Amino acid sequence: MKATSRDHLAEIAREIAESYGRFKTTISVCGGTGCQASGCRSVRHALEAELKKRNLTDIVRLLVTGCHGFCQQGPLILIRPGDILYCKVQPDWVPRIVEETVIHGRTIDNFLYRDPVSMIRIEKEQDIPFYAVQSKLILGDNTCLDPTDIRDYIALGGYQALAKALFDLDPEEIIEIIQASRLRGRGGGGFPTGRKWASALKAPGDHKWVICNADEGDPGAFMDESILEGNPHLVLEGMIIGARAICADAPVGSTELAKVGGFVYVRNEYPLALERISEAINQAREWGFLGKNILGSGFDFDIRINRGGGAFVCGESTALIASLEGKPGEPRAKYIHTVEHGYHSEPTVLNNVETWANVPGIIRHGPAKYRELGTEGSPGTKIFSLVGKVQNTGLVEIPMGTSLRRLVEDIGGGVPEKKTFKAVQTGGPSGGCLPESLLDLPVDFDALTEAGSMMGSGGIIVMDSDTCMVDVARYFVRFLESESCGKCTPCREGLREMDRILTRITEGRGESGDPAYLVELARWMEGGSLCALGTTAANPVLSTLKHFSDEYTTHITDRKCPAGVCRELTEYYVVEENCTGCTLCAKVCPTGAASGESKKAHSIDTLLCIKCNECYKACKFDAIGRCR
Amino acid sequence: MVETVAGIDISRVDEIIDRSGADPEALIGILQDIQNEWHYLPLPALKRVAERINVPRNRVWAVATFYEAFTLEPRGRVHFMVCTGTACHVRGAEDVLRALEDELMIEVGHTTPDGEFSFETAHCLGACAMGPVVVVGDEYHGHMSRAKILDLLTGFRDGSTELAEVRGEAAVE
Repeated sequence: MKATSRDHLAEIAREIAESYGRFKTTISVCGGTGCQASGCRSVRHALEAELKKRNLTDIVRLLVTGCHGFCQQGPLILIRPGDILYCKVQPDWVPRIVEETVIHGRTIDNFLYRDPVSMIRIEKEQDIPFYAVQSKLILGDNTCLDPTDIRDYIALGGYQALAKALFDLDPEEIIEIIQASRLRGRGGGGFPTGRKWASALKAPGDHKWVICNADEGDPGAFMDESILEGNPHLVLEGMIIGARAICADAPVGSTELAKVGGFVYVRNEYPLALERISEAINQAREWGFLGKNILGSGFDFDIRINRGGGAFVCGESTALIASLEGKPGEPRAKYIHTVEHGYHSEPTVLNNVETWANVPGIIRHGPAKYRELGTEGSPGTKIFSLVGKVQNTGLVEIPMGTSLRRLVEDIGGGVPEKKTFKAVQTGGPSGGCLPESLLDLPVDFDALTEAGSMMGSGGIIVMDSDTCMVDVARYFVRFLESESCGKCTPCREGLREMDRILTRITEGRGESGDPAYLVELARWMEGGSLCALGTTAANPVLSTLKHFSDEYTTHITDRKCPAGVCRELTEYYVVEENCTGCTLCAKVCPTGAASGESKKAHSIDTLLCIKCNECYKACKFDAIGRCR
Repeated sequence: MVETVAGIDISRVDEIIDRSGADPEALIGILQDIQNEWHYLPLPALKRVAERINVPRNRVWAVATFYEAFTLEPRGRVHFMVCTGTACHVRGAEDVLRALEDELMIEVGHTTPDGEFSFETAHCLGACAMGPVVVVGDEYHGHMSRAKILDLLTGFRDGSTELAEVRGEAAVE
């Protein structure tokens, strides 16, 4: 089927929606990477088998979707109508779910989410605190569509924004709308998207490029992955609109060679996202949204996929382009602008997945509607991956300007029991760690940068009293050290030196001048590196030095790691007054170091102990100490 | 006649190159396909690529060693990918890694002498909410610990756990 005109598209959308009218119930099974790790495949197979067995496939639609967000509670299934959410679903629950809920419309209380504080079961997805404060502009359709079937996207109004851009607007008008929306790049830099497009439109060139950066390299972040897995056509539609916007001289009605080409640069570590976007591109071609004469408008554009090689630096635009050209991903000087001289030295617009995903909505509903959410300087929503030491981990979409506290405490439910909050890390390896006192900061591009961190692409990693901040700093330095392309000496050697210093601090060999030396190194790296990887590389060190200097002092002067993380500085022991003699530590200990009689305080033989941490994790009575 | 060099079927390498087109820009994609086929980049294949797409070997080596995705050492039949992203790190990925090191007596990035097992770290596998995460074949294992990774390893050793290799539909739980 090919949509040959705007009217034809509208007609197709109507037909598809009508054909779905026969379904009385829709069961939406989350098939995101997170739920796959909790075993959603067997739940899905059980549902398929049960529906078939009961001859329900004609009236019950089984949707395997992208990420629903609440990964912590996976496998998730959402049943409509009623928006009933069942959490941590087991395959053997399926017959009961089909019998009770699908056939008789009764909710099964035991399968619902239970609030850990009030212990109350909550039936509807939107009433669960984790979802209640979210505004799902981008992720909202994730639970309603099968990402492998373009018809679902069309039925929900997909590609209507493209039709508007092709038939009602000229390139300047598209760009005016994007500029008026004040959309800023979601990849981390926060550069105004409309301004970037305007430069590319003005840039002279017979051929131009649009690129989608899906090389989401920040560790602890999976927003872009989930958009590609859950709603790939949203991204494609954004890209096609962008391509139209930067090509003034591609007159509608011409059938010359395409004036603009596109790439999606996807991380190779995201096999499912890669599969989904490849499939979506093929379907978009079949249906006439890509290729020659899109929707009969005369505009030609096609998109190719490029698999990333697993290099963090390729998130940097010029390194990404080098990689597209088949070379090692080394950045080049920024005075040559990508929008003018990008891929093949031709004008190139590069935006990340989430930025592209914002575009169709802005075109469809207008910039004023878009600006209703978010702040003056950072309108719209932002998707965050809320992970680490927090009760409710998952993917959340909130209006810009929401406070970190709301994110961590209301949505995330705070840190798990018995532990206390220590820090929240934002912005990936270029960002920083913020302490409790800064939790009321609003999340937008400017506020976080002022506080010495940055929004970055959206990873929010919560840390508790069991996290050592010096270890975290060393973790990021090591990460960057292995990811530095090596072109600029201050970045390459500076990170190596920082690793050496931080390692000796975590091993109890730190010297009193080390913190000052780290700050000096940071200054060199910031001033002497070409790309953002190098100039921001010291941020995790600087922010931990600033907000958690006492931890550095304890490591250096007392030779202790209060969090009990740095192995050379820890010693496992039993806190006798807490020990009930439950024998659990002895059971999990792989070397026999932990031992004792039942109901009597146990002990740990330090000569046998390999510090594997199993006893600490197993003990329910806080009876294992790690730092005397 | 099949031309093989050191056990590598060169005609298979040619097929992979032809699929992408013998274009220097396609280098990374070609190397990825070669790695998918053999689970590492065999030397004769790299030499063939340089020849066919007409770029210096130096450049092929530069790309093969620059990107994390590539390995020049054959991987084990069972390959563990241990995520060491930030979320997994703060939840104890280090303990999982150490358990594999202790048990397999090899370092990260290497393969056991019998060719059975190998493991490497990945900077983020995108299942952050389930951390620590380990991926084996095609399967994601969430909330890993020392005990759970050792159980998994035992399963592979005594044959009670099978390797899921196919994406999506066919993968076994």
